[in-house]
Amino acid sequence: MATVGPTVTRPFAHAFAAYGRQNDRVVSVTNDLTRSSEADVFRTELPDRSYSLGMAEQNLVGVLSGLAREGLEPFYTSFAVFTTRRPYEQIALNVAYPNLPVRLMGFLPGITTPGGVTHQAIDDLALMRNLPNMTVLELADATDVETFWGTVEALPGPLYCRVPRGEVPRLFTEPFELDRVRSLTTGDDLTVVSIGAAVSHASGAIELLRSTGLGVTHLVVSTLKPFGDEEVPRSIERSGRVITVENHLVTGGLGTAVAEVIAELGLNATLRRVGIADTFTHGGSPDYLFGYYGIDTSGIIRAARELVDDPLDGLDLDGPEVRWQSPGVGGSSSEGL
Amino acid sequence: MEDHRDDWTSAAMRVADGIRRLAFELAVEHEGGYLIQACSSAEILATLYVRLMNLGPSSAPPLPAPFTGVPGSSPRSRWGGGWNGPDDPAWDRFVLSPTHYSTALYATLVETDRLSSEALEEYGKDGSVLEMIGAEHSPGVEVTGGSLGQALSVAVGRALARKQRGNQGHIWVLISDGETQEGQTWEALQSAAAFGLDNLTVMVDANRWQVDGPMDRVMPVGSLCAKAIAFGCSAVEVDGHDVSAIADAATSAEPGRPRVIVCATHPWTGFPGLRRRDDASVHFVRFGPGEADMIRASSQLFERTQP
Repeated sequence: MATVGPTVTRPFAHAFAAYGRQNDRVVSVTNDLTRSSEADVFRTELPDRSYSLGMAEQNLVGVLSGLAREGLEPFYTSFAVFTTRRPYEQIALNVAYPNLPVRLMGFLPGITTPGGVTHQAIDDLALMRNLPNMTVLELADATDVETFWGTVEALPGPLYCRVPRGEVPRLFTEPFELDRVRSLTTGDDLTVVSIGAAVSHASGAIELLRSTGLGVTHLVVSTLKPFGDEEVPRSIERSGRVITVENHLVTGGLGTAVAEVIAELGLNATLRRVGIADTFTHGGSPDYLFGYYGIDTSGIIRAARELVDDPLDGLDLDGPEVRWQSPGVGGSSSEGL
Repeated sequence: MEDHRDDWTSAAMRVADGIRRLAFELAVEHEGGYLIQACSSAEILATLYVRLMNLGPSSAPPLPAPFTGVPGSSPRSRWGGGWNGPDDPAWDRFVLSPTHYSTALYATLVETDRLSSEALEEYGKDGSVLEMIGAEHSPGVEVTGGSLGQALSVAVGRALARKQRGNQGHIWVLISDGETQEGQTWEALQSAAAFGLDNLTVMVDANRWQVDGPMDRVMPVGSLCAKAIAFGCSAVEVDGHDVSAIADAATSAEPGRPRVIVCATHPWTGFPGLRRRDDASVHFVRFGPGEADMIRASSQLFERTQP
């Protein structure tokens, strides 16, 4: 897709430190992944409010609860697997249940990590979305990362947020708004709803689909919970066909959220969910993995072919014109783990 | 010892007796209950509430309102910590980790005039916040610790925040020895020592018992005192039924280190008749026919208060 500006280097690291400088109740808590989860600038600038808890995530989450109960606003930045899955019960009982202003930041989500199955959070959105009181976000670009802090500050309860790291593209000009989707393209034949690292892949596919004259609305979601923007059902009802695209299991995340909207509103629409289909994943480069698991241009066009008569009929989905590369969205990074 | 000591020790022992009596009556009335936990922890709770903790006056009503929704989700829900005083860092806080000790805690609040004895009429009833395993809307329950081994970490977070900001209030925690089978307990002590949290005191009710039976047969944990010291804490083992010994251990803490007081206790203290039960019927006591009367008859707690 067309980016709207040059990539930004480590936008979270700088924005987090700035947020901390402005608010003396903010503290940073890490589990031995301080630089890898971009809390190092905060630590350098605000060492007295930066705590290293070591590799002990269950205790770490309890400590977050205690810090918040004393009136602080603790951030835990880590890889999404260690943010969510490892200390899940502690998050449920000590953070979500008492509805505390704890900020859980998940980096290298889904298959954007250079690590393998142990490092791939393919279920984090599902886990966090199912917790009462939890707000769930996935930031897709540098603008999101730079502009979501007002939302954070205003949230009285807990937050889980997938964050892109490293060289992050700029995809949007409009600032982040809670529970508002962005419309990147409009058209009446098909609705594509994408999130996070899948946004660029969706944009690439939509470019090709639109070149055939197909009208495609592309909605980008950055707030998965709550999920109340009426633009979603409006567009789905208009097109009657919807594809969700996510860097996550197709269950429990965006695909499920859209399915619930369709079912609960009784919309006359058919859904295809592009994402990780009930399988664990293995390690590799993001480009390889997004291709292997079909969360790419050809996977999205295959889904479109099931919904729309012969779009791009005859196009070789493994051919060079489809092998569109995403610009490192969602944290694929040369710095490794 | 000095006279003032005698004053508080006899008051604390009266409170401990009252905790056991109330827990026994509730277990009889409800045909079962967490009685042995009250029996083992009565002196620890009494010493904390009568002697050690600097708690503000209760900011909650003596008679709790019925359940109006879970704490984080209902604006009308009252926080259980309010019965331990206002949530202000100048005051101490008390974190009960194993909340199946809630019966003992409610009884403690009654005996220390933070909760009306009438409140116990609602104990265990549907729609009441005096739940058998309390949550943080239950009187005195500050952290929902029923999934064991977690509340100590929350206490560490509180102590860390207070240390960072120079607040005076101390954090007191009661854990059970069974919980130390959970690895998170050791993560918590490791971090408390790393941050030098001498504003944190952990009482361990070492009654050596868990659901399936004696801990040494289910999963031995070794010397908790030695382990706590190895993790960087200042630790000591005392007779957990001796209120003076518990208080002395708490007041002789070391600067720069979290304090762990392993209180060696017995699950049938006050009710010798409880000894005859089989291993798996101790953790949660259900009385057989006539058993409650037999246990009551074997106890000196009731005679002592008869006029």
